[in-house]
Amino acid sequence: MSFDLLRPLTDLPPGTEGVLVGVHGGPGASLRLRRLGLRPGARVRTLALGPWGGPVLVEVDGCRVALGRGLARRVLVRPNGADAGT
Amino acid sequence: MPEPEPPFPRRVALVGQPNSGKSTLFNGVVGYRAVASNFPGTTVEALRGQIRLGPHRVEVVDLPGTYSLLGGDPAERVAREFLLAGAVDAVVHVADASRLERSLELTLELAELGLPAVLCLNMADEAEHRGIRINREKLSAILRVPVVATVASRGQGLEELLASLPQARPIHRPPYPSDVERALAAVGQALPREEPFRTHRAAQLLAGEEEPPPELRPVVKEVRGKLGACRGEDPALALADARHAAAARVFEAVAMVGSARVGWRERADDLLMHPVVGFPLLLLVLFGLFGSVYWAGSALEGLLAPGLDALSEGISRALGAGPLAALLRGAWDGLVAGLVLVLPYLVPFLLLLAFLEDVGYLPRAGFLLDGLMHKVGLHGKSVIPFLLGYGCSVPAVLTTRILDEERDRILTAALAVMVPCAGRTIVILGLVVRYVGPWAALLLYLGNLLVIALVGWALTRLLPSESPGLILEIPPYRLPRGRNLLGKTWLRLKGFALLAWPLLAVSSAFLALLEALGWAEGLNAGFRFLTWPLGLPAEAGVPLVLGVLRKELSLVMLGEALPGGVAALSVGQMLVFTVFVLFYVPCLATVGALGRELGWKRTGLVVLGTTALGLLLALLVRGLVRG
Ligand SMILES: Nc1nc2c(ncn2[C@@H]2O[C@H](COP(=O)(O)OP(=O)(O)OP(=O)(O)O)[C@@H](O)[C@H]2O)c(=O)[nH]1
Ligand SMILES: [Mg+2]
Repeated sequence: MSFDLLRPLTDLPPGTEGVLVGVHGGPGASLRLRRLGLRPGARVRTLALGPWGGPVLVEVDGCRVALGRGLARRVLVRPNGADAGT
Repeated sequence: MPEPEPPFPRRVALVGQPNSGKSTLFNGVVGYRAVASNFPGTTVEALRGQIRLGPHRVEVVDLPGTYSLLGGDPAERVAREFLLAGAVDAVVHVADASRLERSLELTLELAELGLPAVLCLNMADEAEHRGIRINREKLSAILRVPVVATVASRGQGLEELLASLPQARPIHRPPYPSDVERALAAVGQALPREEPFRTHRAAQLLAGEEEPPPELRPVVKEVRGKLGACRGEDPALALADARHAAAARVFEAVAMVGSARVGWRERADDLLMHPVVGFPLLLLVLFGLFGSVYWAGSALEGLLAPGLDALSEGISRALGAGPLAALLRGAWDGLVAGLVLVLPYLVPFLLLLAFLEDVGYLPRAGFLLDGLMHKVGLHGKSVIPFLLGYGCSVPAVLTTRILDEERDRILTAALAVMVPCAGRTIVILGLVVRYVGPWAALLLYLGNLLVIALVGWALTRLLPSESPGLILEIPPYRLPRGRNLLGKTWLRLKGFALLAWPLLAVSSAFLALLEALGWAEGLNAGFRFLTWPLGLPAEAGVPLVLGVLRKELSLVMLGEALPGGVAALSVGQMLVFTVFVLFYVPCLATVGALGRELGWKRTGLVVLGTTALGLLLALLVRGLVRG
């Protein structure tokens, strides 16, 4: 797996599916995200972007979670199909 | 030797992740006492109720939802502290069956806590909708506690749940990976012998959640270091991962996941949370809310008013003159004002607000407004307290507990008290819409938002944000149930009927008596420092000041104090009066709530600040209207 296949959540167009790989920054943010099921290995799907620099809506385990842009930028995802052929 | 039966639990706490249906379940067993709504973070305080089970009296406690016993916002901490206070005999762990895998992580934390528990798999209907089938016998065998399926919103399974209470036992915990178990044991052994929640405390220390006492510091430091090195991540994360892995194993053993049905509830967000269409729809929803409240309210008022007016006239004639008659007439007028002016608008408003809450629209509004909220230094979660503020400022202030950062809580509470609550909406509807026009009211609402935004923007300069931003679970849409809509509306109306209505009558009687005795003039002269710069008649003095008790009181009192009723005011005076009432000191109940949440010093600042702002804006309006 090569690292340039990783994308921050904010870069994914709505409807993209992928696997959460990691969260940049200290353990605090990771822990908060884990409480809602956003952990490395989780399958996620982006659903929408809020207006005016608003949050990213993601689906994880059938739950929908809104993540502020600032935080979502630190969540790295490997989109499905991105490593096809490797 | 057979194990002795544990004594019947006398106090039972409802514990579960936010929005899993604890309050609904609570209402189902003790009668409608707790507000239940479709967004995480509805309950922010412990609420107690009594039930009888055969010969036993049992106290049931509804707690705020908590994702985990680790960290979290102040509402979640209320739940944890309640459990740790040692007064709970058993826990009803209310898990959302449609999110069982995630809920099981909290189950394992409760197992670490070691309190006797029964597991309630609520939202059984939604689990089925999502194609999740759970083998309850097997789950019960693994966790060694009773497992009961319920649909709290329809009252299904509650009897079986209550009947299982005597079988509550500490939850059996499937083992974590051996390095984590070793770390837990090492810290646990170092704890004092009388520690009642050994594994839980060990886990908290290991996660770095609490500062270890000096004698434990070396052990904790060493064990944390070892686990961190072994896992290559923070021990708190290692522990969370261990729980997740164990929960996932249990889930796989007991659940079969088929295909989920996809219907309107899944599709509605394509439209309502659409980045372009969603926002206009939000405006439509809000205009619709206030528009229909006005429409329904004036229709109801039109039905009630003629009869009551005729009755009042008759009573007035029968009473004759004199101070006693004035007192009685005043009290009667206060009661009528409550009936004609307040109830017709309050009831539709509360019903519609309850509807929006139960459908699940509030968190969606938070999502849509997050971007704008960032411009005033807050984020989308603050939208929930703000929207609740249109109903009443007190729950708005309390609900700031769902925010993680203290700075966000202070700012949100200070701004949310400026949102026109139902009482202030009644002033707007009864004065501005009726005598000035709906467009003026609309301007007032928008102007109010603009002022709040500007104040927020200014305060953010003083209190810069370091908040990590929004993390908000968006619950599925749900069809509101009549029982919850009516129960919740009644609960909120009771506050009006028991407190505000008598207050209206008493204040009205008081005012009438003052006038009959010829004392009103003197009092009003004392408030001239307020009414004179605002260009209001002297009679407005007492009503404005009494508005500190309840905002709608100002309007009712004003109508009675002025010889020609409120219609005697000029349009400019009406606007000045309304703007001042809108902003100055939130009512006493709100000041009390602010004091509890923010401390009295900050509350004092809010009171002074809003009064100054109210005066300033009212003067501004006075200048504008005249100019
Ligand atoms: N479909 C379905 N909905 C339910 C059930 N139980 C509760 N609800 C709904 O779920 C929503 C949340 O219910 P609450 O009782 O407020 O949840 P809570 O656990 O008290 O939430 P917090 O106080 O935020 O922790 C409400 O809209 C309820 O009507 C259920 O068994 N099935
Ligand atoms: Mg609740």
